[in-house]
Amino acid sequence: MLFDYLSEAQAIQLAVILPLIGGLLIAWMGERNRNLRETVSLTTAVLEFILVASLTGEVLDGARPSVDLFEMLPGLAITLTVEPLGQLFALIASGLWIVNTVYSIGYMRGNKEGNQTRFYVCFAIAISAAVGIAYAGNLLTLFLFYEVMTISTYPLVTHSGKDEAIRGGRTYLGILMATSIGFLLLAMLWTYNITGTLDFVEGGILAGQVQGPELAILMFLYMYGIGKAALMPVHRWLPAAMVAPTPVSALLHAVAVVKAGVFSVVKVVVYIFGLDLLTAEKSDDWLLFMAGFTIIAASIIALRQDNLKRRLAYSTVSQLSYVILATAILAPISMAGAAMHIAAHAFGKITLFFAAGSIYTAAHKTEISQLDGIGKRMPFTMIAFGIGALSMIGIPPTAGFISKWFILSGALETGEAFAVLIIVASTLLNAGYFLPIIYAAFFKEEKPRPADDPYAKYDNHGEAPLAVVLALSFTALGTIVLFFYPDVPLALGRALVGGW
Amino acid sequence: MSGAEVMSDPWLLLLVVVPLLAAPVCVLLRSAGGAWSIATAVSWAVLGIAIKLLMTVLEKGEVVYRIGGWDAPWGIEYRLDTVGAFVVLIVAIIGALVLPYAKQSVLKEIRHDRIYLFYTMLLLCLSGLLGITVTGDAFNLFVFLEISSLSSYVLISLGQDRRALTAAFRYLIMGTIGATFYIIGVGLMYQMTGTLNMADLKTIMPAVADTRTIMAALAFLTVGISLKLALFPLHMWLPNAYTFAPSVVTVFLAATATKVSAYILLRIMLTVFGEVHLFDVFPLQPVLIAMALAAMFLASLSAIWQQNIKRMLAYSSVAQIGYIVLGIALTTEAGIAGGIVHMFNHAMMKGTAFMAIGAVVFATGAVTLRDLEGIGKQMPITMGAFVVAGLGLIGVPLTPGFISKWQLIMASLEVDMWPLAALILLSSLLAVIYVWRVFEVAYLREPKRTDVSEVPMSMLVPTWSLALIAVYFGANGTFTLDLAVTSARQLMEGF
Repeated sequence: MLFDYLSEAQAIQLAVILPLIGGLLIAWMGERNRNLRETVSLTTAVLEFILVASLTGEVLDGARPSVDLFEMLPGLAITLTVEPLGQLFALIASGLWIVNTVYSIGYMRGNKEGNQTRFYVCFAIAISAAVGIAYAGNLLTLFLFYEVMTISTYPLVTHSGKDEAIRGGRTYLGILMATSIGFLLLAMLWTYNITGTLDFVEGGILAGQVQGPELAILMFLYMYGIGKAALMPVHRWLPAAMVAPTPVSALLHAVAVVKAGVFSVVKVVVYIFGLDLLTAEKSDDWLLFMAGFTIIAASIIALRQDNLKRRLAYSTVSQLSYVILATAILAPISMAGAAMHIAAHAFGKITLFFAAGSIYTAAHKTEISQLDGIGKRMPFTMIAFGIGALSMIGIPPTAGFISKWFILSGALETGEAFAVLIIVASTLLNAGYFLPIIYAAFFKEEKPRPADDPYAKYDNHGEAPLAVVLALSFTALGTIVLFFYPDVPLALGRALVGGW
Repeated sequence: MSGAEVMSDPWLLLLVVVPLLAAPVCVLLRSAGGAWSIATAVSWAVLGIAIKLLMTVLEKGEVVYRIGGWDAPWGIEYRLDTVGAFVVLIVAIIGALVLPYAKQSVLKEIRHDRIYLFYTMLLLCLSGLLGITVTGDAFNLFVFLEISSLSSYVLISLGQDRRALTAAFRYLIMGTIGATFYIIGVGLMYQMTGTLNMADLKTIMPAVADTRTIMAALAFLTVGISLKLALFPLHMWLPNAYTFAPSVVTVFLAATATKVSAYILLRIMLTVFGEVHLFDVFPLQPVLIAMALAAMFLASLSAIWQQNIKRMLAYSSVAQIGYIVLGIALTTEAGIAGGIVHMFNHAMMKGTAFMAIGAVVFATGAVTLRDLEGIGKQMPITMGAFVVAGLGLIGVPLTPGFISKWQLIMASLEVDMWPLAALILLSSLLAVIYVWRVFEVAYLREPKRTDVSEVPMSMLVPTWSLALIAVYFGANGTFTLDLAVTSARQLMEGF
């Protein structure tokens, strides 16, 4: 057992620092020792996952190990505390980092991308930030790592350095910085001004301190301050970031970035506001409505996209608002559903993006209308894509079904007819934009590209490189396994709200 | 005020006298290397004395030295309290890091037969700035103000570009007006009170505060200091002076001169006029807040449009002075502490930024945005330091800029000035734009020139030392913030 050598406090600190050490080593190896560099990447990822996983048992037993790093402001330390929801997020981020690294190696080499060292270094920093967010013991710590994540992912989004990438990067950075500095920081300072603390406390810290319109404004500042949760209309950065290489899209959509957003939303609602306060004040009704609107609107936009990655991006916007909706229902069971959905969506969406990247690498196709009959050439990729899509829609036996089930139960329990309606309608819309892709891939005849198309030479393609196929098969399998064995995420979700 | 209870500390005198006497030695030596060696040794000695004085002040509250053994108010008294020790520390840290950095940069940018004069002037400037912070005498302060100003005009005029001459001349005109206004103000106060000792002025002031003479004195003092401080809209001399001065001079002045001017503002308002409750009897607060906000927004907007990076950073300085003045204008303990801590934090960040850009000038000879294309790949160590400084200007957590902004916003919330809190955050978003323009060009464009390489270690080490000091006090803001709060409390409660 790991704890024979490490104290809990050391293990938590190491979980944040280890990816940074890995990043340093990667930078040191450089392009000259690329095989060694990739070995370091992969080893760090595996060690990180083992380290994070080793903390799970403690948390499920009710322990909340905590450690102060340094005192940034008088009375306000940078603190790491392991609690159930954070543990779940850390598990997802570090676990999918391994898969994503395998995939990245295949993708980056397959497409002969430049600046690969910078890519792996920034990736490692982003993972460190994700674990930092997951284990944040107070809002200041969360904000610190939130900003580190924004800045460290910027070079990934603008990886190609083309004008289009720079423009996308501006939108990405502009929205995330503007919301976090303009709203989140202000909300945080306001909270500190009222309560004199920023700690995450069970039951919240705002109860009895604010009410009425002030509470509603504070809620607004938090929800739109966490721009990474992509609540409309601050979702634009997500489609804009589609200019990035596919492994980065996977990082953004599944492993870390948007998950950090919805994770922060749940964390703020549960540990800063507290469910009781919000239930009593009813000041989050607008949030329920906005989340519902985002789910439907993003789905309708997704329906109209022909570019595969853009359709997936809008699907993410919609799926993120599921988590926000589940949170806004305020029932403990839907809160656990929210936690579960973070995990379910992570596995489903990373599979879908891996598949999209796999298609791009092997066939150089980016549009949905080009995908007719591709299932015969790339059976593994498209079967995995199908499983991911089913999970998005919420059909058993995939993980998406379980989270939807819990969210729906919560909505029925609290009598939120609006939420029920949204979930049903969006399920239909999800089916509407995913099923045709699967149908076309397997049952339509392939249409070869015209001979003068520069990409026509790729028409006679097979499956993508082995590393890519392995990675996406693994995550697709994970989506199904999570349906049959949802124990760990569910137990952590249940521990989050203290059972129901 | 005087008395046996406070010990006379000779280190206070040495702090000023050592660089002052070293300056003529440089002239006598007439050798570039010799002058640099002396100046560097002096700057490190000054840093040592500064740290020692800070420790003494933290222990005893204040340090006093009576020149020639004459008691105040007849003799000149040197007096250092916490805020003074803090500003001395800023100047000393910058001085001790600028001089090692200067060696290579000066060799390249300044004609060889003038180098010993350059170091002479730098030592005089250092001595003047330190003198301003330690003196307890309003007229003596003017003397040191002139020593530092005159030497800085010379330093700026040594720039390679011929426009450095007009920039220096313009600064000379504006600076002289500022200094003259200051001395007129001091003269008027002397007329009414018969004393020049600040502590003495403070006790006598309430009796004569209602007179028109004192009102006029206050007006002259405020405008005069604001000119030296480059408070918007009296900042017009600053961008050109910073742009065309030699790199080393820009680093030194940007990090220290305006901070010392802000210190004079604090001294006059809170010590000399400390018993008058200036802001209650005089509508100075809205004026200062309006000017500070104008600086934060208009100067940041100007920075966004600059093609010359040094000029961009200069406009950013004008904006950051706005933050300092905003904190002071709140006139609460928290607000003044915010202003004071931002003096330190901004000095570290802007010093790092100008050092990094100075290194780019050293390597490429150019500073426009277009010349920086792909420089991040060619000079990764230098630009790494620039990234740290740039993030600091935005106020990202882990940089000292975050600590300042946190304190300033908490101070505004404390007095229920909501819009100020929002405006401070909004103005940092403008900083995102002007900083990111440089990042984009430096890292995402392909390099055009192939003959660019990293600068020597003697420049990299000081640059990164300053960057690391900045990061350290960004992660662990408790020390600096506590110091600033103590300073503010002492200022408000008096000696």
